[in-house]
Amino acid sequence: MSTRLVRPGGGRRAIWLGLVVFLLGVLVAYAATWRPPIEPVARPLPSAFSAAQVERGSALASLGSCAVCHTSEQGATFAGSRALPTPFGTIYTTNITPDVRTGIGAWSREAFRRAMKAGVSRDGHHLYPALPYVHFTHATDEDLDALYAYFMTRQATEAVAPANRLIPPLGFRPLLAGWKLFFLRQTPFEPDPTRSVAWNRGAYLVEGLGHCAACHSPLNSIGGEKQGMAFAGGEAEGWKAPPLDATNPRAGTWSVKALHDYLRGGIEQHHSVAAGPMGPVTHELAQVPEADVSAIAVYVASLMNPSNRVEHSVDVVDRAALAAAAQPQGAEIFAGACAGCHEPGAPMTRERRPLLSTATTVLANSPDNALQAMFSGIHSPEDGQTPYMPSFHDTLTDDQAALLAAYIRLRFTNLPEWSDLRAAASRVRAEEN
Amino acid sequence: MTIKLHVNGQDRIVRSDPSTPLLYVLRNDLELNGAKYGCGLGQCGACTVQVDGNAAFSCLTPVAVLEGKSVRTVEGLGTATHPGVVQRAFELEQAAQCGYCIAGMIMRAQALLDREPNPSDAEIRAHMQPNLCRCGTHMRILRAIRRASEMLKAMPASRKGATDERHG
Repeated sequence: MSTRLVRPGGGRRAIWLGLVVFLLGVLVAYAATWRPPIEPVARPLPSAFSAAQVERGSALASLGSCAVCHTSEQGATFAGSRALPTPFGTIYTTNITPDVRTGIGAWSREAFRRAMKAGVSRDGHHLYPALPYVHFTHATDEDLDALYAYFMTRQATEAVAPANRLIPPLGFRPLLAGWKLFFLRQTPFEPDPTRSVAWNRGAYLVEGLGHCAACHSPLNSIGGEKQGMAFAGGEAEGWKAPPLDATNPRAGTWSVKALHDYLRGGIEQHHSVAAGPMGPVTHELAQVPEADVSAIAVYVASLMNPSNRVEHSVDVVDRAALAAAAQPQGAEIFAGACAGCHEPGAPMTRERRPLLSTATTVLANSPDNALQAMFSGIHSPEDGQTPYMPSFHDTLTDDQAALLAAYIRLRFTNLPEWSDLRAAASRVRAEEN
Repeated sequence: MTIKLHVNGQDRIVRSDPSTPLLYVLRNDLELNGAKYGCGLGQCGACTVQVDGNAAFSCLTPVAVLEGKSVRTVEGLGTATHPGVVQRAFELEQAAQCGYCIAGMIMRAQALLDREPNPSDAEIRAHMQPNLCRCGTHMRILRAIRRASEMLKAMPASRKGATDERHG
């Protein structure tokens, strides 16, 4: 060390050498990740596509919930600019209407296929995996072409998304090529010949365009789905996305019919109302062919119940006196704020709405969704179509929400108490959307 | 049970079950009859009051959760002879037909204008979304809120403070 200190020239050489190695590394990485632009095309005329192909693309766009992310609150459908909060910063969705300048109007069919399967934009830049191409890559070319036909025949809207706000250095897109080496497997869907046609159709949709695992799987620290844990439950916009496999606490009660009714109608009497980001998904699924929703239900039911043993009994637990004695403050809040709708026998409970004793949210291992429902409420993507719950964000403190959650858990289940509710309430309030 | 509430700038002591929704205490015990019972489910907004400045459904707010918080009702904004700015704007635009929803509309609008004195039309519409009017006077209500915003802008700062004094 001391010799180096008296020979500053040597230190400078080391710095130069380091810089050269670094720049070479960058160059090699750039060469390995560079993708050529695909030449722009004249926007195809609607007459270039058959009505049947466009109709098929319409159903596939609903199955993929494309409009949910690619539409902002005030904006035109598919014109993008919706902010997607991620642990890495905010990404704004792009305009996928056929506007030539600001949308995908100049994209060829090949450019569209490449974006969906390899996550590369027409001009060659890498797309962030917020576009779930790790799933879309399993779709057939025929289906991708149908989607292309559908988007190319939509109303062109001029709209430029705001610039993404990501933590450095993630704004440097070539880094995504490294991410893809780990997480993108460009393999076609392989049907399982031992399973039914419906199961295979469901598997194809769930694993591909439906991209269910994008929310319902745990993610690792760099935003990739954890290996071997597909469908073990994840998070989306401050809500827990429950497991879709046998680890779901109520896996045994989700029959094919229950899943179908939930996915199609946004509500299932003995389980749940689709809340948070699942609401718009069920709204989209209400518009696809019936057989596709049934197929998805068949496949998800097989994930949740591999041995195909479905319990049909519904346990209605109501330990009102016990809970009131143990959680008197929670009982008071429930009586004044919740009972009008949720007390057994209240008018709402006669409208085929889930009782709290069978609600997935109350029976879940985590209190997050129950607290999230209190703070955010439940809003229908289309007014009056699915159940509504007002938000108690401004009237309940974290302590009061925690006391209320403890009371509800104790009264309507036989399950262990939720722990650290006060801290959970503060955390969920901070994540609220 | 005795409960201490802070309503329209004053401490009020009421004898009530802690689970009683604020709406009933306002109307039955404190004789503040501006807030109305509509649906009892948080779906119509006729019962809207301000709790710590935010619009809240008083029919779904048990008095048990109001310790240390301040409540403001339409009576706290002004009187028939000295109406508050928002009340005056609703009157000028003749925004009430049957009037049942109006106290709730005014209180939700007040919560918006307290926070954002110059809201855009889109902000007004999004903010007022929870409150319903069955007579269909929505266009007049929206006009009244815009007018209130303009009246607030034209007011000298000293007089804006005067309306806030009533805020508990």
